[in-house]
Amino acid sequence: MRLQSPHRRRLFRPLIVAAALAGSALLPWQAQAGVSLVRLTPEQYLRTIHDIFGASIRVDDNKVEPGFRDEGLLAIGDRKLTVGSAELERYETLAQEIAGQVVDAKHRAILLGCQPKSEDNADDACATEFLGKVGLLLFRRPLAAAELQQYVTTGRHGAEQMHSFNTGLVAALSEMLVSPQFLFRVVRSTSDAAHPGKLQLDAYSRAARLSFFLWNATPDRELLSAAQSGKLMTASGLQQQVDRLLNSPRLEDGMRTFFVDMLAFGGLDSDPGIDALSIDTGFYPKFTANVQADAEEQTLRTIVDHLLYKNKDYRDLFTTRDTFLTPALAALYDVPLPRQQELGGAVPWVPYHFSDSDPYIGILTQVSFLSLHSHPGRSSPTRRGKALREIFLCQKVPPPPGNVDFSLVQNTNDPRYKTVRQRLTVHRNEPMCAGCHKIMDPIGLSFENFDTAAEYRASENGAAIDASGDLSGKPFVGVQQLAHVIHDDPATTSCLINRAFSYGAQRKPTADEQSWLNGLQVQLSASGVKWRDLMRAITLNADFYSDVVPTNYAKTASSSR
Amino acid sequence: MSAINKLSRRSVMRGMIGGAAVTVGLPLLECFLNENGTAYAATGKTLTPCFGTWFFGLGLTPKLWVPTQTGNKYTLPEHIGALAPLQAKMNLFGGMQVFLDGKVNQNHISGAQCQMTGIVTRTGTEYNTSFDTMIADQIGKRSRFRSLEVDCMGDRRGSWSARGDNGKSPAEISAVALYQRIFGAEFRDPNAANFVPDPAVMLRHSVLSAVSEQRADLMQQVSAWDRARLDEYFSSVRDLEQKLQIELEKPAPLPACTVPQKEQEPETGQLIDQVAKSNRLFAQLIAHALACGQTQVFNVSRGSSLSPLRERGQTSGYHQMTHEEPIDPTLGYQIKCKWYAEQQLAMLRDFVLTLDSIREGDGTLLDRTVVYAFTDHGEARLHSMKNYMAFTFGSGGGRMKTGYYLADEGGAATRVGLTIMQAFGLPNSDSWATETNHVNKPFREVLA
Repeated sequence: MRLQSPHRRRLFRPLIVAAALAGSALLPWQAQAGVSLVRLTPEQYLRTIHDIFGASIRVDDNKVEPGFRDEGLLAIGDRKLTVGSAELERYETLAQEIAGQVVDAKHRAILLGCQPKSEDNADDACATEFLGKVGLLLFRRPLAAAELQQYVTTGRHGAEQMHSFNTGLVAALSEMLVSPQFLFRVVRSTSDAAHPGKLQLDAYSRAARLSFFLWNATPDRELLSAAQSGKLMTASGLQQQVDRLLNSPRLEDGMRTFFVDMLAFGGLDSDPGIDALSIDTGFYPKFTANVQADAEEQTLRTIVDHLLYKNKDYRDLFTTRDTFLTPALAALYDVPLPRQQELGGAVPWVPYHFSDSDPYIGILTQVSFLSLHSHPGRSSPTRRGKALREIFLCQKVPPPPGNVDFSLVQNTNDPRYKTVRQRLTVHRNEPMCAGCHKIMDPIGLSFENFDTAAEYRASENGAAIDASGDLSGKPFVGVQQLAHVIHDDPATTSCLINRAFSYGAQRKPTADEQSWLNGLQVQLSASGVKWRDLMRAITLNADFYSDVVPTNYAKTASSSR
Repeated sequence: MSAINKLSRRSVMRGMIGGAAVTVGLPLLECFLNENGTAYAATGKTLTPCFGTWFFGLGLTPKLWVPTQTGNKYTLPEHIGALAPLQAKMNLFGGMQVFLDGKVNQNHISGAQCQMTGIVTRTGTEYNTSFDTMIADQIGKRSRFRSLEVDCMGDRRGSWSARGDNGKSPAEISAVALYQRIFGAEFRDPNAANFVPDPAVMLRHSVLSAVSEQRADLMQQVSAWDRARLDEYFSSVRDLEQKLQIELEKPAPLPACTVPQKEQEPETGQLIDQVAKSNRLFAQLIAHALACGQTQVFNVSRGSSLSPLRERGQTSGYHQMTHEEPIDPTLGYQIKCKWYAEQQLAMLRDFVLTLDSIREGDGTLLDRTVVYAFTDHGEARLHSMKNYMAFTFGSGGGRMKTGYYLADEGGAATRVGLTIMQAFGLPNSDSWATETNHVNKPFREVLA
């Protein structure tokens, strides 16, 4: 089994070393009907640079504007993003830094592929060879002859004026790296005669969608070659590529990125309801910086191991006792684990099996869920209940109404209401609040045996904790029973399927597509909700390669001034 | 238009880069301001005005901040007494509201959003052009940075500024990174005797010009929905071209310009002492950036819209306290929340006083600046959209009168934004905002 660290160095050959020279003939997208833009995420930017030029190229701080979560996913909200002034300033600096490294003494001989006639002047032939290769990979399609010539000209003029071939090449490569053709994934499509209102992606856009979905990476040489030959547009050619991508170890990269988005990890949200892990260590001394760093990784490792390497059912993630721990996490869960030095140092992750008598079961009792959806200084049944509904069941909880007087019922010092359950019960009697809190609190209260830092507790303020609740009319007591209710709820499976499709296509499914996805839910519920089966079903369906212009972003600004 | 701007990209490449080691001196006379420091002595050109916003979440304690009389002879209530050193250079606006027009109240978002953009959107995922960027387009075209956004709580999402209709601008959260961005290697001291254009900057400028040349082709290809986003991208390219172009020109001398001391990166977080420290550091950097002509527009925020400000050792933060602290039956208000509000006002005072501490002739940097301080709710405890208060500081170089308390009971809070826009002479600013928040009457009492 291979489980990667978040910062695992890539072992792949830089794509540019093996890339075929771009074709310069017809560009199919030039005459096509629809062109839309999706900004590269910072992670995709980094991976693309490392895939093309190798992991030894340093990319410092490419953080950009946090995304909007829409329909539960940043991937959908990303379709609304552009590149602002401060971001472009940063990207331009990065472009200079990256291009400078590509031509430095350490890298040029490997990456350039040709030797300029003179170091002090331009060499169009060598520049054309290099820029053609790199342009294909950066833009995810071949460059037109005139387009390639534009970059060669930039390189020539820079070389002539600065008397340096390298400096000219840095200018040309920088121009590519700040181009919208690179910073945005340009999705090109044609109208679909069989489905009015829908657009079918062209071969290169199909390659990009497939690759970013399954690997969260730019299309590799084989995929681009399949696009160029037209094979990717055939059923057999598509199946061949899908199988190849699904059998690659890089599938883990794509899976991790999907779950980081679905589980709202990484502190990437602009949604004020979802915050980065921020727990006050003054109250929870075991919640060290190491725990903060390890918490999300624990859940991702649990998921990857369970779904990818053990090929188990997604629903069992809520009841599994298997996970991975570091010494810092073990201290929090109060379980024995060898110290880091006893584990051999650098890789402190150890597989761990909670016994049936342990209170911890499934990913919902992991630190990442319990702490991410708490207040910094105390637990929050409301946040936890809301998160469970929205993240794992895809159910929307409306925002709280205005003009609500919370202080009448939420005095934490009131001796009449010692526990959160007692205070929230009074709060739910407010008619204005009742509707939403009735769908959040009964679930969230079942987590009250775990404090903000996920440590187990049996009482609060001296009063025994009552962890009973109900979900969709099914009563339960504590998370041990809740885990099985979640496991058996059809919404759990349909939520994953919908999120996966929406994440890959970066849009909400249409009504027709929803009908097909509902059928897929029935099918997978019977056969087992296995990750590769789900990925294969989505990526072999033509709907996945269609596009619709989003309608929920209608402009409201034009009337503002 | 500068000489470089007139040249095509290729002619710049061919004609200038090779011989770039040019020393540009200025006539000595131009190095001096006039006697009162408001204009260059040689040209009579007025010092440029500046504008900034300063967001404070969760408002103030209801009623306690309200002066007993309007006009310019009011007594500052004890609750906002921290601002006493600035009363003469300040305006206070009260009684206003944000109209939701039937839309869901996106708590802690809708109110601030409306005051900055003039629009209350249906969902929290929409955000439109904010009026600070319109002012930047009006006054900031000759600045190295069109605007600077910072967040004092380490939250890149904190900004309320948006250049277009496709999301907010990210905020800088590192004081060290901001220092490097403004005063790093690319900074050109306006008071230096000699100036040598950097050939590397010329080359970068020409590369961006080449990117700009792709605009027409690409704009024709994309769908209408994407065109606006692509247009914003190319606006960013133009901003960066302008920044580099300015770096290639000898800057006009600014005697008040000094480079601030480089500080260590402070510990960022939600605790009051951490936020206050960041506020002070960012205030220094922004004040020096303004004094050195690096930007004319800035936006300061402090965390996400939930204002998670917290006192060290307390389990609940300010936001939670607004909902959970009982109203003291004797005093009639939330004691701890009042204290939090006053801590925020102290930070606001510190920020504005930093601008006021930079002397420019017989005035200060604040005198040619307008700082707009606004909040998200009139009463945070209830997520109330009524009884909003807002402040302005500075006269923007004589564009606004100061020293007033003005109340518009039940009026739209967007009137303050409209007033500022008119003060800065924005075109098409006869009216602003949408639906019931649409306003066409500024606070004329403070318009010069």
